[in-house]
Amino acid sequence: MSTDTLPAKEAAAPAASSPGGRNTLRSKRRRNALRTLAFMSPWLIGFGVFFAYPLVSTLYFSFMKYDGLNPPTWRGVDNWTYVFGEFPQFWPALRNTLWLAVVMVACRVLFGLGVGMLITKIKTAAGVFRTLFYLPYLAPPVAATLAFVFLLNPGTGPVNALLEAVGLPAPSWFNDASWSKPALTVLAVWGVGDLMVIFMAALLDVPKEQYEAAELDGASAWQRFRYVTLPNISPIVLFAVVTGIIGAMQYYTQPIVAAKVASGKMGGSGEVFVPGYPDESTLTLPQLVYSLGFSQFNYGAACVVALVLFAFSMAFTALLMRRRGGLIGSGD
Amino acid sequence: MPARPRRAAAALAATASIALFASACTGSANNQASDDPKAETTITFWHGWSAPSEVKAIEDNVARFEKSHPNIKVKVVGNINDDKLGQALRAGGSNGPDVVSSFTTANVGKFCASGALADLEPFIEKSKLDLDKTFPKVLQEYTQFEGRRCTLPLLSDAYGLYYNKTAFKEAGLDPEAPPKTWSQFTEVAKRLTKAKGDSYERLGFMPNYLGYETVVSHYMSQWGHQGYFGADGKSTVATDPAFAEMMTYQKSLVDALGGFQKLDKYRTTFGDEWGAKHPFQTGQVAMQLDGEWRLNFVKEAKVPFDVGVAPLPVADDELSEYGKGYLSGTIMGIAPQSKKQNAAWELVKYMTTDTEAVVSFANAIGNVPSTLEALKSPNLKFDDRFKTFLDIARHPASTTSDGAVNGSAYQDTLQKFAQQYEKGQVTDLKKGLADTAAQIDRDIAAAK
Repeated sequence: MSTDTLPAKEAAAPAASSPGGRNTLRSKRRRNALRTLAFMSPWLIGFGVFFAYPLVSTLYFSFMKYDGLNPPTWRGVDNWTYVFGEFPQFWPALRNTLWLAVVMVACRVLFGLGVGMLITKIKTAAGVFRTLFYLPYLAPPVAATLAFVFLLNPGTGPVNALLEAVGLPAPSWFNDASWSKPALTVLAVWGVGDLMVIFMAALLDVPKEQYEAAELDGASAWQRFRYVTLPNISPIVLFAVVTGIIGAMQYYTQPIVAAKVASGKMGGSGEVFVPGYPDESTLTLPQLVYSLGFSQFNYGAACVVALVLFAFSMAFTALLMRRRGGLIGSGD
Repeated sequence: MPARPRRAAAALAATASIALFASACTGSANNQASDDPKAETTITFWHGWSAPSEVKAIEDNVARFEKSHPNIKVKVVGNINDDKLGQALRAGGSNGPDVVSSFTTANVGKFCASGALADLEPFIEKSKLDLDKTFPKVLQEYTQFEGRRCTLPLLSDAYGLYYNKTAFKEAGLDPEAPPKTWSQFTEVAKRLTKAKGDSYERLGFMPNYLGYETVVSHYMSQWGHQGYFGADGKSTVATDPAFAEMMTYQKSLVDALGGFQKLDKYRTTFGDEWGAKHPFQTGQVAMQLDGEWRLNFVKEAKVPFDVGVAPLPVADDELSEYGKGYLSGTIMGIAPQSKKQNAAWELVKYMTTDTEAVVSFANAIGNVPSTLEALKSPNLKFDDRFKTFLDIARHPASTTSDGAVNGSAYQDTLQKFAQQYEKGQVTDLKKGLADTAAQIDRDIAAAK
């Protein structure tokens, strides 16, 4: 597009000295602008309908009393003061969400990178290991969570039976508030196949001659990783961290399924399931959005929580984009 | 107009139009019924039953309705929970339901207050239906909220005590004399408990609030209390001593049977509540607080021991009220966006008030009938044990949970505190209940 535009501007320059020339230039610019808008319109429409409108609506409803059925009525900042000051589940859910965003994402990135490096290094059966590590990623989240809750069941699960048999302490995993988030992290790390694949692609893309030069200079394995591998794959690490944090901000299915199965409260006789078992340790902000909005018909408060999630996602992403060089080298 | 104000005006107009658009995207809860119930039509009925025998029972019931109302065809959709229901009622549209049912009586307050379900009063008046002569009082209570009747009861559930008679005999207890007070209950539960290492071979009773049906509201019906909210609409959990008495007793029972940690670890070995491996059916527990439906499950599981049923015990100083219990049930209502509300009412009226329909359905799924006529019907086909639940349903002191504008949120808050207390995380019961009551009031104020 720039090659089209530049000669057009140059051609128009002499004519611009007369009033007729100025009009021609203006109409040309307008045509160019319209053409650009036309090309961008699919994205603009998508952005407007699926991002801008919902975002403005969410902000609007956060100041309203709205149950999804009756017309919204103005409530001022009451929903905000309720969520931040009077809704006791908000702060545990925020803490849990941030814990998962930091610990779970870090573990997934480190493990994905580690597995990727190992598989790119091994000479035999690399395909088999690649498949074995990738397959868990294909397991549906509900099925995978169910399997983990049964495997880690403190009363009947094989993992604890094994730990007890070798004399190790057997935690209660999903039934213990101190262990439920680590158990969810183990589940997330088990399904690290997606990150492993993109890290493998990035690692194989690092120029071999850079490693050879480093070796000639006497660089150790750690130095080769720190000063050759990491700078080359830093955009991929950034991608993994940003998408991981956005994923953690939307983390819903696994904790709610784990809490339901581990608590034994699967519903059925009209009982209402309270998310977060045990002791609100698996409660996340997306669960609060659902619970407030769809179970309690309190859309206003749900919108406040949704905006908090949005703010955290934006803040994390902006921080990582700004600090990228400081965190993981000069990169690309 | 200068560029900057023009842009500002455009932004303002855009924001206003978005706000108006957002406002316009809301359902209306005030549709009037104008359809002809005699016209040929098809209505859609959403329900929550999913077990094949239950689905067949509801379809048979609907088939009887279609036979008696040949102009109305019913499209039946099963396995619908309250979240799906709420979403459909908010969204409206031609593919949504006309008639809905739900197992969650605690959500009636939310459904009625928000207008998620249509007001049935005009239909009741038009049909000259006398509710007092049709339904037991408790069932009338849990199907309305603050005077707005948006549902009617469709069968009901009564909660009682199931006990393993064979285990009673083994423990030297009289299987024909189940405990009537909670003090007796503790002694019986201890005698039925058999230790195995640091766990149990058999537990007398699983008292934990996560032990399936042993939730706060089901326990509370066995203590004389005046409801969860006072006349001023404020929570009574801190001011009515019954709540503290129940929680104190439950905690003592937990401690008497081995303590929370030991019991909770044993609980993780239990099978699913709705499957064949339910701990009462496998003999892992000798007594169980449960609804009348467990009788059918016990029969289907072909348990190798004799099963007895009785009302749940009462507080020691309330023996005169022995026989009461917790009542709940399925509720039925009409979607306010339905364009066929008069035809929908015909189905609701038939299923909830027609004695033959109620009796047939109750016989088929093993629930307690929900009309006074059906409760007396000679056509009820139950074994002798079921009479216990019919008596609980008729008992004047039987109670249910109150409705609230935010559904079951107040029950969740109370249950959460009760769990902290049984674990020993909170020791000051009086302060904890006061904090819980304040939180319940704040949540309700935020939802109003």
